[in-house]
Amino acid sequence: METVASSGSAVVSLPSDTEILITREFAAPAHLVYKAFTTPELVKRWWSAKRGEVTIAEIDLRVGGKWRWVMVTDDGFEVAFHGEYREIKPNERIVHTEVYEGAPGGDENPALITMNLAEKDGRTTLTVLTAMATKEGRDLILESGMEAGMQDAYELLEEVAISLK
Amino acid sequence: MSHMARAATTTDAFNAVAEPRRRQILDVLATGERPVNDLVLELELAQPQVSKHLKVLREVGLVEVRDEGRQRVYRLNGRPLQPIHDWVREYERTWNERFDSLDQVLEELKKKEEGNGNSGK
Repeated sequence: METVASSGSAVVSLPSDTEILITREFAAPAHLVYKAFTTPELVKRWWSAKRGEVTIAEIDLRVGGKWRWVMVTDDGFEVAFHGEYREIKPNERIVHTEVYEGAPGGDENPALITMNLAEKDGRTTLTVLTAMATKEGRDLILESGMEAGMQDAYELLEEVAISLK
Repeated sequence: MSHMARAATTTDAFNAVAEPRRRQILDVLATGERPVNDLVLELELAQPQVSKHLKVLREVGLVEVRDEGRQRVYRLNGRPLQPIHDWVREYERTWNERFDSLDQVLEELKKKEEGNGNSGK
């Protein structure tokens, strides 16, 4: 598995050709991390990545329930994602689909996100696994310059480093 | 989530590296330049296929070619990958900033919970 050191503390890695894994430890128990991911008022406070404002954070937290998160960047660009919850294990695990609304036809090939929380000594390790279901889905994401583009890019980071020397 | 608009064309670096065989060629060339015959042997592919992939890679500038006697020698040029590299960094930065904000939210939630605990609730 390739690992790319980050400027912060999140680690991004590639378990397979169609998956991306983000890992990050938090100094808080799992039930609070879970709460921050599943409570609209809290999502609005962190999901914008300091680039704008989260305008919509709809969360219907039940299997089959829908979610939709929208942010407007400081330069007025709207970034929207939506999906459906597939599996919910309070304070431990959420599986849901994810569609980037900026790419046409995304609903036919949603990515599947598996979020796991593992608590130890009051600290929690969050893992977010993004899995592309089909090659079409992957290509779609590649077209919109999203995650799949990153997988290919990661495989080539080493080449970049070598050739830019 | 981080995103970057880009042209939907078959001749940009993103699409060029989306093909596993082409990535394999780049992997081989990353260790040093190779005549096309060596690439054919290392990839265990027919020469026309290798040539086809090399053509795509040349079109986006990922490989360069020079003639050495009767041989055509290929080498890697990483410059076209720079935008991908930058974009990956941006993606990672987005998530780190998100998580930094989340740290603050969690700190508040913790204090609130401890406060409740101390007051016997």
